[in-house]
Amino acid sequence: MYDSVDEIIRLSEEKKKSFWEIVAEDDARAQDISEEEDIRRMLSTYQAMRESDLSYDPNLHSTSGLVGAEAQKISDRRARKEMICGDFIGSVMERALRVAESNACMKKIVAAPTAGSCGVMPAVLLSLQEKYGYSDEKMAQALFVAGGIGGVIACRASLAGAEGGCQAEIGAASAMTAGAAVYLQGGTARQIANAAALALKSLLGLSCDPVAGLVEVPCVKRNVIGAVNALTSADMTMAGIESKIPPDEVFDAMGSIGRNMDESIRETGIGGLAGTPTGRKIRSRIRGME
Amino acid sequence: MLISDIIGPVMVGPSSSHTAGAVRIGNIGLRLLGTKVERADIGLHGSFLATGRGHGTDKAIVAGLLGIAVDDERIPESFEIAGEQGMNFDIHGVDLGPDLHPNSARLILTGTNGKKIELIASSIGGGRIRVNEIDGIQVNFSGELPTLIVHNEDKPGYVAEVTSILEAESVNIATLQLNRSKRGGYAVMVIECDQEVPKDAIRHLESLEGVLRVTYIAGE
Repeated sequence: MYDSVDEIIRLSEEKKKSFWEIVAEDDARAQDISEEEDIRRMLSTYQAMRESDLSYDPNLHSTSGLVGAEAQKISDRRARKEMICGDFIGSVMERALRVAESNACMKKIVAAPTAGSCGVMPAVLLSLQEKYGYSDEKMAQALFVAGGIGGVIACRASLAGAEGGCQAEIGAASAMTAGAAVYLQGGTARQIANAAALALKSLLGLSCDPVAGLVEVPCVKRNVIGAVNALTSADMTMAGIESKIPPDEVFDAMGSIGRNMDESIRETGIGGLAGTPTGRKIRSRIRGME
Repeated sequence: MLISDIIGPVMVGPSSSHTAGAVRIGNIGLRLLGTKVERADIGLHGSFLATGRGHGTDKAIVAGLLGIAVDDERIPESFEIAGEQGMNFDIHGVDLGPDLHPNSARLILTGTNGKKIELIASSIGGGRIRVNEIDGIQVNFSGELPTLIVHNEDKPGYVAEVTSILEAESVNIATLQLNRSKRGGYAVMVIECDQEVPKDAIRHLESLEGVLRVTYIAGE
């Protein structure tokens, strides 16, 4: 696992290898397995992401009753061709909700990097594969790109809401996914890192303030902005727009913001949305059920 | 940490710490007991108690005790499965002190063969766990690597004995911890290894005089 994307870029340029190859090589070495085996495992992870989308059941609700049946509403609006954002973004939004709702309803998902942010990556990657027809092998490579970025964020900052707030979950998922999307679009190692920096910068400071402490409100719907933000960051990058702050420094900034964040907005279910009158009312209702 | 810790685990939701980590805590309890669980006393501490039900932490620990994996969609039905399999359990809150990780549980398990074990474990993020205490003695291991736990009399020479058996089997030691109940009481050695420890070596360890118990957890 690398603790700097600059290092991954340097190795990629020096060895004339792709970003994902540098990450996969190192990961296989750490497990003492062949690269082929590591890629085979990643293919099965991608298949699990696909299944987490396909297994959506619009009739399910979470134990608290707060989450469920909302992806279907986007599906219906898409079918009526009413989406302001157009059908492609519509498909991304719908998938983000499908997977995140399934998670809240105790269905099988891939934590990427966390369960609360599990909708971001499949929403973007499955929709891009549908649009451009990329092979599954290419998608597994994109997951190594995302994993490499996530690893750097984990080393320099955190991937846990309790430590870094939601910027460490939805923010990190969005940064990782933006890098993966740029890889799929043929971007260089530098462009991959740039997209991750642009994506994370837009979500810096995001608090982790779940109502009643559950991975439901606002987590499920935040997966939508994480996914869409990954795509806009990828498009900005491929258009030639550069982050003025280098990626590693953006990750460091996220770490420092996380450390400065009050505990009430770090997954304690006390401050922010959880502390609103309605948030507190919901919390007492759920506690009453117990 | 590996890439599969970042893109993964594949798991039943909703929370890697409160659901997947809780399954793993139950599961490591089962593996430490080494036999089917007949009775389980499950104490939820901190955030596990505060938000556990909404995250399915209770069902997840029971699932783990039944040997159900983190990606098994039977986790939400674990209470019913426990009933079918004759496993009795009691779930309640417990205060294990301010220093313990907020996502922790204490398990007091009795096996179908009468064997008993008590452990405290924490879910430390991303579905990863740490065992903090076994039968009142401090330990620190994750269960990700092959782990050998030796209870022995607190006398000189056991560490050399055990490590030389591992050396003979070409098993490399990743970490080694040693703690004891009191001077001259009994000691617990926890050895995380890079390779699996062969059955013969474990039998050899069990036959040593002064070795009270050997528990082995195969790697994940």
